Amino acid sequence: MSDLIRKDASELAGLVSSGEVSAVEVAQAHLDRIAAVDGDVHAFLHVDTEGALASAAAVDAKVKAGDKLSVLAGVPLGLKDILATNGLPTTCGSRVLDGWIPPYDATVVTKLREAGVVILGKTNMDEFAMGSSTEHSAFGPTHNPWDLERIPGGSGGGSSACVSSFEAPLAIGTDTGGSIRQPAAVTGSVGVKPTYGGVSRYGIVALASSLDQAGPCARNVLDTALLHSVIAGHDPMDATSINAPVPDVIAAAKRADIKGMKVGIVKELGGEGYQAGVRSRFEESVTLIESLGAEVVEVSCPSFPAALAAYYLILPSEASSNLAKFDGIRFGNRVGDDGTKSVEQVMSETRAAGFGSEVIRRIILGTYALSAGYYDAYYGQAQKVRTLIKQDFDAAFAKVDVLISPTAPTTAFKIGEKLDDPLAMYLNDVATIPVNMAGLPGMSLPIGLAPEDNLPVGLQIIAPAMADDRLYNVGAAIERELLAKWGGPILGMAPELAGA
Amino acid sequence: MSGISQEDVAHLANLARINIPADQLGHYAKQLDAILNAVAEVSSLDTENVVAMSHPVPMTNVFREDIPGVSLTAAQALSGAPAVEDERFRVPRILDEE
Repeated sequence: MSDLIRKDASELAGLVSSGEVSAVEVAQAHLDRIAAVDGDVHAFLHVDTEGALASAAAVDAKVKAGDKLSVLAGVPLGLKDILATNGLPTTCGSRVLDGWIPPYDATVVTKLREAGVVILGKTNMDEFAMGSSTEHSAFGPTHNPWDLERIPGGSGGGSSACVSSFEAPLAIGTDTGGSIRQPAAVTGSVGVKPTYGGVSRYGIVALASSLDQAGPCARNVLDTALLHSVIAGHDPMDATSINAPVPDVIAAAKRADIKGMKVGIVKELGGEGYQAGVRSRFEESVTLIESLGAEVVEVSCPSFPAALAAYYLILPSEASSNLAKFDGIRFGNRVGDDGTKSVEQVMSETRAAGFGSEVIRRIILGTYALSAGYYDAYYGQAQKVRTLIKQDFDAAFAKVDVLISPTAPTTAFKIGEKLDDPLAMYLNDVATIPVNMAGLPGMSLPIGLAPEDNLPVGLQIIAPAMADDRLYNVGAAIERELLAKWGGPILGMAPELAGA
Repeated sequence: MSGISQEDVAHLANLARINIPADQLGHYAKQLDAILNAVAEVSSLDTENVVAMSHPVPMTNVFREDIPGVSLTAAQALSGAPAVEDERFRVPRILDEE
């Protein structure tokens, strides 16, 4: 197997732009890796060999011509299958969209193509991004490269697994309640959910429009920052896009200096319900942060314990409305249209055949929460809790520069373990959900392996809105110390995959 | 505040246009009941003087100049449709036969 697959994105971009290695060689090395190991990992739903090699060749032509290249030109990437791609299948992990080929690109995809990033294919996900394990994909689960019997997190498990199995140095995820950060935590990779509105949602199939945000996944902080800088920025096609300069995340990742910063531990996100090894690695990282000259204090966010409940009212409510368009009329599959049935019957049969059980549960739940008579008690009350969560964050950020917590309460669990218990599954996102509710940026950074199971643990770093650069500064400072301690990247400790 | 029956699930499924088989209604009812019990926690906080928040950033209406731009052609817009006739989406009957 080519050693190109183990290189960082920044290194690959340098090799390509200097002409030392062609972008086609880089793309081919990763396509070979996918061919060798993806039968076991199943990170990809669709591999676009032809398209990847063509866009790599276009980058090589620019190198030859001496054209100016972007910071990630020629670097391969896995794209979550929730982003619309012109001419490439986009399924959202659902039967209802099996075979659908969008006639346009999401803005994020347009930006990637313009930057010469080589899209290898579309990555697996929980159906319509509903889940924390990728087991709810209609096309079968993705497996965690650290232990193939375990989940790679979700909903973006394909994106986290392709990065951590060296199938791609970069991936795009989307994060509605933790779907970038929790998969990063359980696979030993880095993932960032940018500030809400920081990255365009145009062309991304909506789950919960007030919570969804696309973001970068990579194997280190600098690569994550480079990808963030490529996809972020104002987009007139998204009415919720923030019209302000993108924070300088690359400079922040290079600064890596937290001396004099104030870091808050969120009292409510930790302790009981968190695995012992997750807690001990978190406590070690607190000591490390202090040793780097930052002041660590505890802050209380008293409404956070109700965040999970509020989220599971707001998300299903928005999802039940957003998913109404999947009715087999304008796109996707249609079931039962034999010429005798009414449009309502055909829609009902199409949706029953096309949606998996988790999607059906959440649509029914949302329909209930929005119905007359229950609206105020459920959806209305959840929106008020959302205000309290934002106020807790505002009060905390009046005292500290960033907040920290474990990203997820446990390391990767076994495939099948929580599949029949929706409530147990929902608890995976207990620490990440408040961040989406307030629209803030958050990062998950690998901080070591839990001693009891040798599986990766993630540290969550949270910053105020539009202060995404702080995540990268803090993350890079901690990462530098951990790399020195480990003698190399954490993924070097992962077992070799049989196919390699 | 909770308590969801099989009949409730059937009614909600009809509103949501999902044809759930009768033998699965009980399973969904049981799971949804457990979830509704858990999410009832939103009532545990005092929200008497709290304003509801629908969105994380202040929203203002966004306008743009009314300039014609490039949009999808009819063929592109219809390219993913399950049934097409005369450059239009072909749909099952929408009215009862009379």
